Amino acid sequence: MSNIITPEAGYTGFVTKEHHHDYAGDTLLGFWIYIMSDCILFATLFATYAVLSTSFAGGLTPKDLFDLEFVAVETALLLFSSFTFGMAMLGAQKKQMGQLLLWLGITFALGGGFLAMELYEFYHFSHEGAGPTTSAYWSAFYALVGTHGLHVFAGMLWMIVLVVHLMRDGITETNFTRLSCLSLFWHFLDIIWICVFSMVYLMGVM
Amino acid sequence: MANKATIVTDPDPIFGKLTWDSIPYHDPIILTTFLVVVMVGVGVLGAVVYYGKLRYLWDEWLTSVDHKKIGIMYIIAAFIMLIRGFSDALLMRSQQALAVSESSGVGYLPPEHYDQIFTAHGVIMIFFVAMPLIVGLMNLVVPLQIGARDVAFPFLNSLSFWLFVVGAMLVNASLFVGEFAATGWLAYPPLSGLEYSPWVGVDYWLWALQISGIGTLLSGVNFFVTIIRMRAPGMTLMKMPVFTWTSLCANVLIILAFPILTVTITLLTLDRYLGTAFFTNDLGGNQMMYVNLIWAWGHPEVYILILPAFGIFSEVTATFSRKRLFGYTSLVWATACIMFLSFIVWLHHFFTMGAGASVNAFFGIATMIISIPTGVKIFNWLFTMYKGRVRFDSPMWWTASFLITFTIGGVTGVMLAIPAANFVLHNSLFLVAHFHNVIIGGALFGYFAGLTYWFPKATGFKLNETLGKWACALWTIGFFLAFMPLYVLGFMGMTRRLNYYDNPVWNDWLLVAGFGALIVLLAICVQFYQIFASIRDRKKNLDLTGDPWDARTLEWATSSPPPFYNFARTPQVLDRDQFQLMKDHDLAFKRPDSYERIHMPKNTWAGIVIAGFSGVMGFAFVWHIWWLVIASTLAMLVSFIVYNFQKDKDYYVEIDEIEALENEHFAKVAKAAESQDQDEYSVRQRGTPLSMPA
Repeated sequence: MSNIITPEAGYTGFVTKEHHHDYAGDTLLGFWIYIMSDCILFATLFATYAVLSTSFAGGLTPKDLFDLEFVAVETALLLFSSFTFGMAMLGAQKKQMGQLLLWLGITFALGGGFLAMELYEFYHFSHEGAGPTTSAYWSAFYALVGTHGLHVFAGMLWMIVLVVHLMRDGITETNFTRLSCLSLFWHFLDIIWICVFSMVYLMGVM
Repeated sequence: MANKATIVTDPDPIFGKLTWDSIPYHDPIILTTFLVVVMVGVGVLGAVVYYGKLRYLWDEWLTSVDHKKIGIMYIIAAFIMLIRGFSDALLMRSQQALAVSESSGVGYLPPEHYDQIFTAHGVIMIFFVAMPLIVGLMNLVVPLQIGARDVAFPFLNSLSFWLFVVGAMLVNASLFVGEFAATGWLAYPPLSGLEYSPWVGVDYWLWALQISGIGTLLSGVNFFVTIIRMRAPGMTLMKMPVFTWTSLCANVLIILAFPILTVTITLLTLDRYLGTAFFTNDLGGNQMMYVNLIWAWGHPEVYILILPAFGIFSEVTATFSRKRLFGYTSLVWATACIMFLSFIVWLHHFFTMGAGASVNAFFGIATMIISIPTGVKIFNWLFTMYKGRVRFDSPMWWTASFLITFTIGGVTGVMLAIPAANFVLHNSLFLVAHFHNVIIGGALFGYFAGLTYWFPKATGFKLNETLGKWACALWTIGFFLAFMPLYVLGFMGMTRRLNYYDNPVWNDWLLVAGFGALIVLLAICVQFYQIFASIRDRKKNLDLTGDPWDARTLEWATSSPPPFYNFARTPQVLDRDQFQLMKDHDLAFKRPDSYERIHMPKNTWAGIVIAGFSGVMGFAFVWHIWWLVIASTLAMLVSFIVYNFQKDKDYYVEIDEIEALENEHFAKVAKAAESQDQDEYSVRQRGTPLSMPA
């Protein structure tokens, strides 16, 4: 640093006027960063799955069990729920509570449908003889898909709490920030599911 | 000391695996420790109640969201855990000094006890001493250095702290109820699997690390956002103080590395609790996957510990050399390089896995490359001192000791990075000597330098300098005596974690190492006495101005201890050594014309309560008490939702209150200026530029 900084006249070392801090911006950046770390969490689970992808220990393989049509419906439910969440956010931006709650309700139902199908699939696979303790492959399968399912479940719980907030206070600035975070979370789960669908289900039947 | 009879295979519905036999009351060492802990605990609690301070403790500390108080609590907790971790070290050193065959038998610690001790030592020193020391210092310093009033998410900060405390409590509980893991600090399967570790030791390890690890992850997010978004106006990234820079890099590492730990621990948990087959011997499990995963977190973790220490040395060197830091830009880039490289070297922890020559060569070379940015830093500090008017106060003693000690540790690290040499040296005491060399001589000495340096900022008075220098000298001598023999023993073929050996040639070196550990004990005693004596004589060492060392960065621009809102007016930053610039232009220690209301967060019960329930959950999981697992998990969820619905989480500090606090501060500054006591830091010399713009 060769240049010596000389303060201008009137400089006191402090701001002349205190500015208002954008707390919502902090929250959104913080949530983005949390999602990045969640991404690493899933990346680790995907890596684990990849390492164990042929460790069947002589037991059932995904080819024996996966039903792509079933998974396609499951996938459609979740992808469509991302769209409906987008509609809900449009409602929130227009401050239309009715539209917001309606689309949130549909999103919740679609999430619930997805989760129900996933649980049915887990039950079905276990029943057929491929439970989490069957082989390393199935351990990794249930851990990866189950962690995604747990996230969806958490998102649905969050949705209920947020709807209570919305009913009490309306679409306030705080509630809008919360909605934006949940929206980020929900879309993120969609992206993860696309990876699950490709890497687990499509590659599993190949 | 699990004797197999006490292992309950069929858990009771109410108490799970917990029985009266779980408490090792037949072991005199543990019983005595337990009684001492209970007596001290009851004594402290009794004193708090007797002096009517319970309310104060709850309102001002336990529920506090003030980053400075949380920082102080982290550091206090770290010192308490240091006592435990160091006791373990003394037990190991004395056992190995005695446990040579024929002459004195097998020592006094049975293998299952000894194994728990070396596991607990590693876990405690890394997770519950080093981590809280550095997270505590970040809490204390980073918001002040960037001119902010608190961290971005004050409640999360409180929650992070209490989650860490819960983790530490679980480790401590394992001493008195059940057992701790006897697996080594990273609990490699299959040893840590259910088959070879059937009782609760590994479960304590799992839940202590899981809970405190999530706390650390939240801290990482919190500090990242704080540094990115809450810097004072004008403080561009390249005007940030170096400690803030290194903290930023450490927090990026936390955000990227800790999720890997979360997953790894969860998978081992699933193996142990549900019978999955991730790391098992049979059913296609893959143990080396665990080792890869744990080190993919573990190596960045090493840099999470050391990078902020490098930041501390940078601040200390610049301040006490009375110069601008030499090569700020290169130091920042070196830090960023290390941050990146730390993710592509993990395999050097297990070259012997058999990944093949090419893979080992890649990781060996990547490891050696790290020594380049690290070397850059060493030269940054050396050239900062060069032609500086260096003052040898105790933080500078730690820095000088670090430069020599850490360089030796770095060199042995490069030796270990050579795969061919590593095949001989791995798992030996050479390795143990190396990592203590860099963690003690690098990270820990840095934390001690930082603690001495920022102590007056946190408390309003300096630590006793003479005792500080004694502590540094004793630590250095003790360290060299304790660990240099281990390098030699490594070359002589002594492997790590030995409970007993039959080679009498090793004994002499182990006696020297044991003696070194005693010198370190003396050093730690001096440090505790230093804290005691400094509090006793605080009137002699008062820091009236807020700038006791004639330092350069913003944290010194406010009073010591700072008011809870840190800065009455937000700084407008022009330079990277902003406070030095203010002093140079006679702007420091000036009362602003006017104040404005300040927006501050309110304290909250939620952090300690939610974390408390997580502790109950962890304990219930360890002992398979399923109803309690469900109840405490629900309690966590409910208390979080209740907090979520709470409305008044913040308030405005009124101008009257700010004025009163600030006037008090400026009265002290004036008193210091009048004082006849002319030491070299006195206020009269302020305004004279001490730095030569390089």
